[in-house]
Amino acid sequence: MSDLLEGFLGTSVEGKKSRVPAKLDYFQSATGLFLGLFMWGHMFFVSTILISKDFMYTITKMFEGSFLFKEPQSWIVSAMVFFVFVIFIVHAMLGMRKLPINFRQYQAYKTHAGMMKHDDTTMWLTQAFTGFAMFFLGSAHLLMMMVQADTIGPYGSSMRMYGDVMWPFYLLLLLAVEFHGGIGLYRLCVKWGWFEGPDAKVSRKKLKQVKWLITGFFLALGLLTLAAYVKIGYEYSNGLVDKYKPTAQIEVTYDVKVRA
Amino acid sequence: MSRTITIRAMKYNPQSKLSKAHFAEYKLEETDGMTLFIALTKIRETMDADLSFDFVCRAGICGSCGMMVNGKPALACRTLTKNFPDGVLQLMPMPAFKLIKDLSVDTGNWMNGMSKRVESWIHTNHKPDISKLEAPMEPKLADETFELDRCIECGICVAACGTKLMRPNFIGAVGLNRVARFAMDPHDERTDEDFYELVGDDDGIFGCMSLVACEDNCPKHLPLQSKIAYMRRKLVALR
Ligand code: HEM
Ligand code: SF4
Ligand code: FES
Repeated sequence: MSDLLEGFLGTSVEGKKSRVPAKLDYFQSATGLFLGLFMWGHMFFVSTILISKDFMYTITKMFEGSFLFKEPQSWIVSAMVFFVFVIFIVHAMLGMRKLPINFRQYQAYKTHAGMMKHDDTTMWLTQAFTGFAMFFLGSAHLLMMMVQADTIGPYGSSMRMYGDVMWPFYLLLLLAVEFHGGIGLYRLCVKWGWFEGPDAKVSRKKLKQVKWLITGFFLALGLLTLAAYVKIGYEYSNGLVDKYKPTAQIEVTYDVKVRA
Repeated sequence: MSRTITIRAMKYNPQSKLSKAHFAEYKLEETDGMTLFIALTKIRETMDADLSFDFVCRAGICGSCGMMVNGKPALACRTLTKNFPDGVLQLMPMPAFKLIKDLSVDTGNWMNGMSKRVESWIHTNHKPDISKLEAPMEPKLADETFELDRCIECGICVAACGTKLMRPNFIGAVGLNRVARFAMDPHDERTDEDFYELVGDDDGIFGCMSLVACEDNCPKHLPLQSKIAYMRRKLVALR
């Protein structure tokens, strides 16, 4: 009953404002923070391929529970992807509220940003565009990883990039994530007054410098990593190297032969 | 060594069916220490008596003369023409406010509405005795509170705000700053719950997208970014 009246009035029957907008604002930031920090960790794991195929393989198997189980359990990875997917969907749902929803809003903002030439105003447009792109890019990637978690590895991931020609897709996703996440984390600090110090103007300038450094770093790391997977995928596809076998596994085979 | 500067001003009268928005261009000799106020007055006196713009104090106090100067909102009386190396100043009225004519917009009625909306006055249950001294306040807190009172209601933070342009009901930095001012003042007995009722929604504090153009353009350099964050933290923490 009170839901009906509250929904109709827009306030509680006592005339009080709903606390929901506060919660939505909070969760927008909380999910953004989780995703932003997750992407940092994620990039470090993915880029292990730059060190060696074995290292990337070991990390992959670690996520598949190698420290607990004898056989790789790729469902663990699927479950983790599912969890991230849920956070991602919640974040997208909340982020959607901020996007321009009709031509006039878009036109007004675009004109304004063009006139003002104000960094933070323009960066929001980047955030809106990249956020929108990730509705599709992010969903596709997460779904793929969730249902094919077992294919992640030096061979499978490289073949996905080169053999399945997914690298243009991942290039776009990389750009979208790094710009969106970098700007998002910076904005979080501004929004809640984190690292504000005694002079918000000075600290914001520093925050923005740090933001660009971090974005530059992860973009560089991401591009190198992507190139590495494409190169390896190319080598596999053209029979330049044998299909990946973890070094440790080869040694075991060798041992068996000796005993026989 | 004076130079000729070019002022390109938007002209439009929304009241007239015949008026069509356009830019009028004026060329004039720059004088020493020339402000936009001086330049515009000269234009009105010698070139175009029909050009509308607002001024009162000419000293950055009354907040009447905000306009978009080369795309950015600024007080015209505090804008020196010599700061524009190419000598071209394109003037437009501030967006977000009702356009009266040319460069003149109605900030007054908007500010009045904002003040009422955030109940911009001390709320207290006891009747103040004006024959006695006001209850003393921590000097530091007093400084911080009165710092926020330096707002001249020029509307520049509103015109600078992309959120406000997309969502006309957004209260803007000036309103959120006002709420922070009373939230800090111990003379005001309102609780955070009371302030939530004023700005606890997507037209208020939760609508702010932290674009901070308000902070970067406020001619009084008010700490808008940090006061908005302060109100946001306070109001999001309510049960
Ligand atoms: C479909 C996907 C996504 C959409 C539609 C989306 C949309 C948005 C939008 C519109 C904002 C701005 C909110 C505001 O202005 O108040 C935002 C903020 C943010 N986003 Fe996303 N986003 C998506 C995915 C991601 C991902 C994958 C990350 C991680 C890298 C991320 C990290 C952030 C962060 C840290 C913020 C700042 C949070 C805040 O302002 O409270 N987002 N997102
Ligand atoms: S907060 Fe600053 S920009 Fe906004 S109305 Fe007051 S003085 Fe003007
Ligand atoms: S005329 Fe008063 S602030 Fe410019």
